Amino acid sequence: MSEPNVGDRAPELSVTPDKYLPHRYAGASGDFNPIHIDPEFAKAVGLPGNILHGLYSMGLVARANAALADGDPRALKRLSVQFRGMGAPEQEIVVSGTVKSVDGDRVVVDTVAQQGDTTIIKNAEAEVQL
Amino acid sequence: MPIKTDAVGKEWPGTTYQVGREKIKEYANALGIDNPVHFDVDAARAAGFRDVAAPPMFAVVYSGPALGPVLFDPEVGMNFAAMVHGGQVFEWGEPVCSGDEITTSSKCLSIDEKDGKGFYVFETVSVNQDGAEVVRGTWTNIVRGV
Repeated sequence: MSEPNVGDRAPELSVTPDKYLPHRYAGASGDFNPIHIDPEFAKAVGLPGNILHGLYSMGLVARANAALADGDPRALKRLSVQFRGMGAPEQEIVVSGTVKSVDGDRVVVDTVAQQGDTTIIKNAEAEVQL
Repeated sequence: MPIKTDAVGKEWPGTTYQVGREKIKEYANALGIDNPVHFDVDAARAAGFRDVAAPPMFAVVYSGPALGPVLFDPEVGMNFAAMVHGGQVFEWGEPVCSGDEITTSSKCLSIDEKDGKGFYVFETVSVNQDGAEVVRGTWTNIVRGV
């Protein structure tokens, strides 16, 4: 992102996690809570099916914001999110952001992650060094 | 019955995590992150890292385990069946690379009740082998019907 201005839209990130993504994320992260990997267990506790890990969705929000600095892992200085609606596998996730403030080469980007009409991450605020 | 707040201010000792290249690769692949600095040591060194670099949210891999004993601490007394992860903040410092040894300590910042829900806020502070802070996490867990 060159010469960002308040109100600029960040490039969107769209990802459709496949059926087995929650299993791979469980392995990668170490979080094997059965609500994420076992549809029958998830239904038994009142969920529509196995749900995405919130921290996976937050990882996509981090990825989208690091992309503003060509994916440099040093660029993301702070990320704050609220988890809301439940994310589901096999549905497209769209991460979108708007520049909230600019201070020299640091920008704060208001970001949301949505699946259709469901907001799965809201009020995300990313501080990125460009 | 008012919510139990005995654990506010309590601190838990550090747990240590050894960062490795294959684990970074596995995490980056799960997130669909393709920057070569996460996969290739030469690319990472050319970009100024000591070794293969971890994506920022790899923080959950090395700092998350420190929270296990915290969440299960009877003094905290959380009802797991009714718990959801409500919010998360990470503030990053020094980059994390393969070969690093990260130690994460935890603290209970606050326990509050609002609208029949319990808000449990914990902080983790992770430092590398040189004592430099790599990430500070604030974890908010919400328990319904406390």
